[in-house]
Amino acid sequence: MASAQGQFLAFDEFGRPFIVIREQEKRARVKGLEAQRANINAARAVSNLLRTSLGPKGMDKILVSQDGDVTITNDGATIMEKMDVKHQVAKLLVELSQSQDNEIGDGTTGVVILAGALLESALNLLDKGLHPLRVCDGFERACAIAVKHLEATSQELDVFANNNELLKKAAVTCLCSKVVSNRQNELAAIAVEAVLDVADIKRKDVNFEHIKVEGKPGGSLEDTCLIRGIVIDKDMSHPQMAKVVKDAKIAILTCPFEPPKPKTKHKLEISNAEDYRKLYEQEQQYFVKMIEDVKNSGSNIVICQWGFDDEANYLLHANKLPAVRWVGGVEIELIAMATGARIVPRFSELSSEKLGRAACVREIGFGTTDDKMIVIEGCANTSAVTVLVRGGNKMIVDEAKRCLHDALCVVRNLIRDSRIVYGGGCAELMASLEITKVVDMEPSIEQYAMRGFADALEDISNALAENSGLNPIETTTWLKNEMKNDPSKRYGVDCNGVGINDMKELNVYESLQSKVQQLQLATQVVRMILKIDDVFAPSEYS
Amino acid sequence: MSGAYQGKLDAAGNVNPQILSEEAEDSRGEMARMSSFVGAIAVADLVKTTLGPKGMDKILKSADPNEQKITVTNDGATILKSLFVDNPAAKILIDISKTQDDEVGDGTTTVAVFAGELLREAEQLILQKIHPQIIIQGWRLAVAEARKTLLSLAWDNNTDDDAFRKDLENVVGTTLSSKLLVQEKEHFISLAVDSVLRLKGSDDLKLIQVIKKAGGNLKDSFLADGFILEKKISNGSVHSIQNPSIMVANSSMDYDKIKIFGSKVKVDSIEKVAEIEAAEREKMRRKVDKILSYGPNVFINRQLIYDYPESLMVEKGVMVIEHADFDGVERLSAVLGADILSTFDNPDPSKLGSCGTIEEIIIGEDKAISFKNCQEGRASTIVLRGASSHLLDEAERSLHDALCVLIQTIKNKKVIFGGGHSEVAMSNATDALAKTIPGKKSLAVEAFGRALRKLPTIIADNGGFDSSELVSELRAAVNNGSKTAGIDMNKGVLGDMRELGIKECLRVKEQALLSASEAAEMILRVDEIVTCAPRKREGY
Repeated sequence: MASAQGQFLAFDEFGRPFIVIREQEKRARVKGLEAQRANINAARAVSNLLRTSLGPKGMDKILVSQDGDVTITNDGATIMEKMDVKHQVAKLLVELSQSQDNEIGDGTTGVVILAGALLESALNLLDKGLHPLRVCDGFERACAIAVKHLEATSQELDVFANNNELLKKAAVTCLCSKVVSNRQNELAAIAVEAVLDVADIKRKDVNFEHIKVEGKPGGSLEDTCLIRGIVIDKDMSHPQMAKVVKDAKIAILTCPFEPPKPKTKHKLEISNAEDYRKLYEQEQQYFVKMIEDVKNSGSNIVICQWGFDDEANYLLHANKLPAVRWVGGVEIELIAMATGARIVPRFSELSSEKLGRAACVREIGFGTTDDKMIVIEGCANTSAVTVLVRGGNKMIVDEAKRCLHDALCVVRNLIRDSRIVYGGGCAELMASLEITKVVDMEPSIEQYAMRGFADALEDISNALAENSGLNPIETTTWLKNEMKNDPSKRYGVDCNGVGINDMKELNVYESLQSKVQQLQLATQVVRMILKIDDVFAPSEYS
Repeated sequence: MSGAYQGKLDAAGNVNPQILSEEAEDSRGEMARMSSFVGAIAVADLVKTTLGPKGMDKILKSADPNEQKITVTNDGATILKSLFVDNPAAKILIDISKTQDDEVGDGTTTVAVFAGELLREAEQLILQKIHPQIIIQGWRLAVAEARKTLLSLAWDNNTDDDAFRKDLENVVGTTLSSKLLVQEKEHFISLAVDSVLRLKGSDDLKLIQVIKKAGGNLKDSFLADGFILEKKISNGSVHSIQNPSIMVANSSMDYDKIKIFGSKVKVDSIEKVAEIEAAEREKMRRKVDKILSYGPNVFINRQLIYDYPESLMVEKGVMVIEHADFDGVERLSAVLGADILSTFDNPDPSKLGSCGTIEEIIIGEDKAISFKNCQEGRASTIVLRGASSHLLDEAERSLHDALCVLIQTIKNKKVIFGGGHSEVAMSNATDALAKTIPGKKSLAVEAFGRALRKLPTIIADNGGFDSSELVSELRAAVNNGSKTAGIDMNKGVLGDMRELGIKECLRVKEQALLSASEAAEMILRVDEIVTCAPRKREGY
């Protein structure tokens, strides 16, 4: 007890203890090198956990959620997100992989492993007696050198050449580490097509809001398809309505097909039979009026955010107006955006110019189960696309959705910025070699930290080699040596065991942007962790 | 150190910081793989004994002590669905079997058992220090080869209707032979084939309705002509009509509440009450008049019909059927070619449906309504009879499997020989492939072949025959070029599958092969299991 409390207690000149922190005995505190060491250990434990998921030969993880649902994935960001991490520093790493996911969408595993490796070499430096801030500064300078070198040696690709061949290859590189790898070519083609459909080539931008990835368990991965339009998980409100509407003029309504419900409180009292009859007639009129309004606007299909009364539903059917009800707000907006429709809150405001246009709206069914979906194709305004993912079961569909998201991101990044660096650990090794070269000219103490950074970069190719069943140190040394002797070579770890190390030949590359982002994010997080020298936490409840 | 920096000591004495929440668990590498193997194999072993014509049944009892209901079944999907498992790998296996059920409807046990056998082989390979990724590579080669062989074994009798019907009968026979219905096999074969052929190529199983009525025996089950609705005709209505015009409606026929929001009836004297009541009746009467102006002589409503409108209609000689639920109404409208009406302002007889006769029939002790000679002749109803409700449930499941298989066969047209022929042929193909592959992958390909051969082995074992002898004989026969050899499970010897008429649907086999290897691969790829702390439940 004494040793534990000794840290927190201060004594005045008479030897009486006084309280520095309220209820200090209930708090745990670590400070100084001890704190850094503890933090680094925690962060390294997390990065070790992801280490085996790196690369095409990486393994998957099973994650069992609080409610017992099973997720199988090797996507770094997903693993981190679902892992129920409690440790505060480990949480920083979770956020690290998430921000890589939001920004770039790929390389979420790599960034965490890199951060782990950096922390490991930082620990060695701290043990030598270097001040944490000097270590941070050194890392940052090394990072700047690495980024500059990568930018200088990156290669500009004509991504649209040869029928988008290069984009497809990049998507394949991204997909080959996933469970869907036996269908990687098909999925890559779908991803490329989807992105190109919505891409604004001139501005080099891709609006991801126009790409939706919908999953539906059943069928097999081969049935995954790209739909040039919007898919909503609903069916027609009346089973006998037309299932296909060509040249659709879509009325989008946010008012229910029901008698109006004023928001102010009111009471309508009926005191005689005459009123009763009038009220009934009035009610019937409402429905007829509603349908008339819709019909007069020239629309031939209705999409509504709310429900329908039975009578209204039948009247819609009788007037040959197929309708979809209970469509969610987000989907309504998407449809309105894509078809150029205005969202109409009142029947009386419907008019023909407020309708959206689409070439075809149809209902599709699946398998022996009674599942139906509505597909809106050929929208007037934008080229919204939907990728409909099918797969053996929910787990596969979810994982395939995540994989497709990654692939879409990769393709987008290449369209935005077509400079690339080579994968398989090649870019990291090149950066590492460059830093080592520069470091020899460095007079300050930071050179130690910069060397540490260079060592840490090698860890990526080590991990890749380890996961592919190769001898990590032997492989990395050999690769480094090859590239040192001939700087034009782009050698990386041969993960698939094809006997070729030339990444140019294997077409393994990533966008420069993604790699640079990885280096910078990892360096920043490491700086943040190293700067912590005192941790207070409530100790365990007892 | 204390508090947040507490951690566990590992074997080397290093402190592992506590990163996950208190009760979360994390197992890695060998431990994780071991636990998923054990879980998956345990589940596979559980259903193993139900495989094949001599497979045994299982009794499933609910975990809830208040629930006395039990289920007796040998349907893989049903058994697995009702298991409560904690092991994630076992959950995957259950999931894959469920998907097989949704997709093709049969072969659910085969999938689970085959995936289990694959993992058993993988366990051996991993003990020999072969990396899971290499095993997966080998498996992928093997699956492609096996699929190729499987497709080459299949043939179709598409052009010859009689031969195709024979194929269908054989395929159903094979499916049913492992089920409860085996005692009345011939009867159910013709029942299933007839009802499916009546669909005329449609794959909508909803058009075949299965009604279970306890009593009688299985032999009394029959295929009804037309459509049977398990509802009663209102008292006082006529009980049979020839060539009726039928209105199918979904409208409230009770007091028809006022839908305008916030309205309320307030009266100050008894006379006024009477007036309102009269107005209410008047309103209903007008509605009935409107309905009658369409000229129906049968009125079917999804919702309840109150006595007053009912009596009005009955007076006019209309047969009234109330409270046919959503499914009933939708099916009826499809079968009779009627619109489902909710307003009645534009009299138009074309919205009404029709059929040959409509009459009340009695099945067992219950009344039902039968619609005969429907416009849409594709619908049919199978009435199952049997001694107990357990028997009927199991019979329904078996019939469902049989119908699914038939629909798949009609869609795909291709059939293959059963009795283990296809499995052994596939395993011979992968064995041959293994010899041409250099490197460790070939071990995985060989293992795949062994797992394939396990299927006929298990079937033979379940029949109490000498499985090693039979399977090796079969293997030799197939290897020597026999296209029809298989295990005759009645006699326990090799037989000619063509003569015995044991055929299976290609699509089912193919799907089973693919799903099982997909599931096994998924489990094998895992090297870490992170289990979150279970959500704290309150109120218990």
